[in-house]
Amino acid sequence: MASLGVETIVAAIQGGVVPTGYTDTGVALITANPVDGVDSEGVGYGYENCWGDQNPEVLAMAMELEGAAAGMMSVEEMAAAIADLGEEVIVGLITKTETNPFFVKMREGAQAAADALGITLLTASGQFDTDNASQVTAIENMVAAGVQGILLVPADSSAIVPTIEWAREQGVIVIALDTPTNPEDASNALFATDNFQAGVLIGEYARAAMENPDAAVIALLGLPPGITVNELRQGGFLEGYGIDMESDQIVCVQDTQGDQTLGQTAMENCLVANPEINLVYTINEPAAFGAYTAIENADVADDVMIVSVDGGCSGVEGVVDGRIAATSQQYPLRMASLGVETLARFVITGEAPTGYTDTGVTLITANPVDGVDSEDADFGVANCWG
Amino acid sequence: MTHTNQERTSSTSLVNRVFNIIAAFRLGPFLALLVAGAFFYIQNERFILPLNISLILQQTSWIAALAIGQTLVILTGGIDLSNGLVMALGTVIMTTMAVENGVNPFISIGMGFGVTMAFGLLNGLLITRLKLPPFIVTLGTLNIAFALTRLVATTTIGNLPDIQTIFGERISLFGTTFTYGAIVVFPLYILMWFVLRETAFGRHVYAIGDDREAARLMGIPVNRILIQVYVLAGFFYAVGGWLLIGRIGSGDPNAGQTANLDSITAVVIGGTSLFGGRGNILGTLVGALIVGVFINGLQITGVDPLFQRLITGILVIVAVTMDQLSQRIRK
Repeated sequence: MASLGVETIVAAIQGGVVPTGYTDTGVALITANPVDGVDSEGVGYGYENCWGDQNPEVLAMAMELEGAAAGMMSVEEMAAAIADLGEEVIVGLITKTETNPFFVKMREGAQAAADALGITLLTASGQFDTDNASQVTAIENMVAAGVQGILLVPADSSAIVPTIEWAREQGVIVIALDTPTNPEDASNALFATDNFQAGVLIGEYARAAMENPDAAVIALLGLPPGITVNELRQGGFLEGYGIDMESDQIVCVQDTQGDQTLGQTAMENCLVANPEINLVYTINEPAAFGAYTAIENADVADDVMIVSVDGGCSGVEGVVDGRIAATSQQYPLRMASLGVETLARFVITGEAPTGYTDTGVTLITANPVDGVDSEDADFGVANCWG
Repeated sequence: MTHTNQERTSSTSLVNRVFNIIAAFRLGPFLALLVAGAFFYIQNERFILPLNISLILQQTSWIAALAIGQTLVILTGGIDLSNGLVMALGTVIMTTMAVENGVNPFISIGMGFGVTMAFGLLNGLLITRLKLPPFIVTLGTLNIAFALTRLVATTTIGNLPDIQTIFGERISLFGTTFTYGAIVVFPLYILMWFVLRETAFGRHVYAIGDDREAARLMGIPVNRILIQVYVLAGFFYAVGGWLLIGRIGSGDPNAGQTANLDSITAVVIGGTSLFGGRGNILGTLVGALIVGVFINGLQITGVDPLFQRLITGILVIVAVTMDQLSQRIRK
């Protein structure tokens, strides 16, 4: 209305045409449950175009809801459609390990979605984080079992590609979860956290929260060079903080393997060489807890800020008790449930999913700062995994 | 022929003599530790700070405790791949029993010891009664211990009673603080050195590792000694687990996944033969310290993480090569 009004007045001044009468500025019906015979838009459209302060979390949820409604189908309607098909719908979920709470949550989400839709879920995993061979076997066995689609967390982004290509040649849809394949378009689609954005959030937070950000002395406790997830999170952190790897502020870079004991050892050794470290990036919360034990033992816990990524339940506890200043929370349950629903929609409509879907990331902190959106620890606990 | 041999002997006699002294007193590992220490001191003088020495001891202590058990097993000609994960199982038993099941914290620790020693008994029985190779038996129990650990706990167990983290308590020495955990492994090593050297049990361990059939013919109760060795090793795995709980302040089901190889590395660098019957447990302590010094030294001098692993790998090969060379010279 306002923009149209301003444009009209400008036009009136320039062209001397005085506006008259009534102009309809439009109205749309917004609903999550559209009915025949009445034009409407989905909640994603509605929230995207609404007035008032927008909450990005709600926007993501609204877009997701709208996505689920595409093709005019709710979960119940999809379940009914699948029942009408008269054939068994089978989908597979392959994670890196069975024991990491992140993947346990993923399996919960996939199982819940499969139960709601009335489809069969097969699950498999590797023995350890980089166990490509077990994933190859799992894909082969699932294709042999007649799955229509597979959700896969690739243990090795490149090595798994030929097997994915083979599965797709058999008509199976493959959606990568959490970690992209290399090349990314080797899978039909990718549902994942934007790990770079996750890093940017904690980087921006740290810059705003540090008393003297340009004098901060920084340790990076990550993974070995070349591991994608750390390159993204760490790169995002540096971008958000406004520096790069060449910065003199970075005095210690270590591999923690995401492990608490190794994180502690790495931080202890960093502090020996550089006792003045006062800001620590960690790849995940176990590494953050290890780092905290090290700074606590060195009696510098009050002087050092630790930021992290993941948002697991035990990690959020660290935000509650102040060991971790802020963490970027990701949503494995959403990745998996969205994945299962997307595969179900493919079976019903024949529409294969494409491209990248961001499953969202939220900064969790007990001490919010101006200019960086965040949620408090209660939100973190309510939405954590593990 | 004779002439050539004599010539070679005289030209290498000085080297020989040095090697002889090193070999006779088994000083190789100790010298390597000193050289490594000197090297890192030159790279970064903070290496020699009492604070850093204390940290190296803390970082090494729990692996060193596991390596006591590993040394006993390797001296008999066996190997134990299960020790890190048996230790992890011990730590989650100790901590979950106390924190989640309300068991007296000290009894919980006893239960942890019970479980690791039961695994030792299982290993020993399978190896002696069913005559299975130790490598395969402990590969199996490694996986069993891993799965049981995950059934007990999948995330770290915190808020522990004080008695459980006692080895993380500190005392002041040399102007810095040391944890009890960093210190307690030394008397344990001296105790086991004495046991292996001065008791019938100790001599039997060496005899079995040297030649099991000969030991049997001499009337040594081979099977009973072997079972005792694996149970005793299990005891030291629980000690290692208790030290680790003190160090990180929680029970961690993810702990110890590479500890089997780390402890074998310490044993091998310390000069104990993987074929059994030959070696010195004090060498293992030095071997564990060498690995700890390298990790610490490379980290504080800022070496790229990938090169840290590369150098550790080279270290193992160099240590074994040196040991083989000194063996040949002694013969």
